[in-house]
Amino acid sequence: MDRDATADVNAPHSMGTTIIGVTYNGGVILGADSRTSTGLYVANRASDKITQLTDNVYICRSGSAADSQIVSDYVRYFLHQHTIQLGQPATVKVAANLVRLLSYNNKNMLQTGIIVGGWDKYEGGKIYGIPLGGTILEQPFAIGGSGSSYLYGFFDQAWKEGMTKDEAEQLVVKAVSLAIARDGASGGVVRTVTINSEGVTRNFYPGDTLPLWHDEVEAHDSLLDILNASNPEPMST
Amino acid sequence: MPSEQKLGSAIVDTVFANMVSSQNESSLLSSEGDSQRTQYPYVTGTSVIGIKYKDGILMAADMGGSYGSTIRYKSVERLKQVGKHSLIGASGEISDFQEILRYLDELILHDSMWDDGNSLGPKEVHNYLTRVLYNRRNKFDPLWNSLVLGGVKNGQKYLGSVSMIGVHFEDDHVATGFGNHLARPILREEWREDLTFEEGVKLLEKCMRNLLYRDRSAVNKLQIAKITEEGLTISQPYSLKTFWNFAAFKNPTVGAEGSW
Repeated sequence: MDRDATADVNAPHSMGTTIIGVTYNGGVILGADSRTSTGLYVANRASDKITQLTDNVYICRSGSAADSQIVSDYVRYFLHQHTIQLGQPATVKVAANLVRLLSYNNKNMLQTGIIVGGWDKYEGGKIYGIPLGGTILEQPFAIGGSGSSYLYGFFDQAWKEGMTKDEAEQLVVKAVSLAIARDGASGGVVRTVTINSEGVTRNFYPGDTLPLWHDEVEAHDSLLDILNASNPEPMST
Repeated sequence: MPSEQKLGSAIVDTVFANMVSSQNESSLLSSEGDSQRTQYPYVTGTSVIGIKYKDGILMAADMGGSYGSTIRYKSVERLKQVGKHSLIGASGEISDFQEILRYLDELILHDSMWDDGNSLGPKEVHNYLTRVLYNRRNKFDPLWNSLVLGGVKNGQKYLGSVSMIGVHFEDDHVATGFGNHLARPILREEWREDLTFEEGVKLLEKCMRNLLYRDRSAVNKLQIAKITEEGLTISQPYSLKTFWNFAAFKNPTVGAEGSW
């Protein structure tokens, strides 16, 4: 990446992805799209941007794929050792602060925005946003990636405190789907990971299960099906 | 620079220190040349204003964290307590402010471990911050903040500011960023030595409302903090009413159709 000293400091670099983390009464839900792009080409249309750090802590990665992967690998390594020393599961706060340390201390070299989400017995479900620069902010919900630009207004209107698990899941899926509709760098399927006291559940929403938004039309196998539907042939069998 | 060795086992510490270190000594890592290492701010806070009043110091800051031109975060606490006697307000890069709070935490901790009955006052904390910021500036690796530091110790009120390049002032009223241009003129006219708490709050609110109208990065959610000999309080977040009901606003082009 060219770090030209004359770059406009008011225009932060946008990142190809939509990632979301949301708390609900009982845990957290992490969501993401599945598109990894290199320039205009979609390198991977089914990537998994929600990465496990421990049994109870996951992260959503955005920005440079390489940078976010290496940060998550280091944090997973440190958390593993920390868990052994501690004798019990690491807390979400510790995981988030380890991510912060790497992001902050290498801010000149890294280009990755991360959302840390998980559940521990002390604080319950927590979401931490760690944007470019290494600021750490605990939030009731967090959005990130280039697709998130299209979601600030949506969340301002649709977010409520104390949602149920199903309400929160529907909100996340709807939001990622809306972002995919408008952000060229986001696409593919919607993946969600739900973390609570009972454990972790992964969900997968392929494009055809998502609602249609403005100016989008229903998918068909072929034009022929549409033509035949308006002039039905007599039943053949 | 305070050490990062807080993780436990020595092996983890060594590995961690090497990986986490921001010192690009190895030629393998420094492809850009270490003579130019000024960073860019990403998540920033806007103005902080501080004034002395009868019983101590009053400080105000909004709770916005901007990401370029987007107002990304609206609950960022930019006013924080430092030890027994001081209050810090920060504008600029929030991650650097969070790091400064960690340095101050260590400073206060070591000071109290002397257990000698003394504690660092606002003047000392201000001086410490000035040295830290100036030395980072000299290495072309600044902490991208402008800070306001205020407090009361042994009846003496103190209020100062320090910028990312180490320029520091001590005055009866200080501000950072836009506050210097919009708030200080108001304070120069209306500040007095013997302001009561209520008058001080009203004066700060007048300045904050002005900033809300005219600073693009301001958000309408702020906190006001008060520090006196007795102690420190930071208010709950609240919003200010704004006024738009002027004839000239309703019909701005009545005298010149087509203008704005």
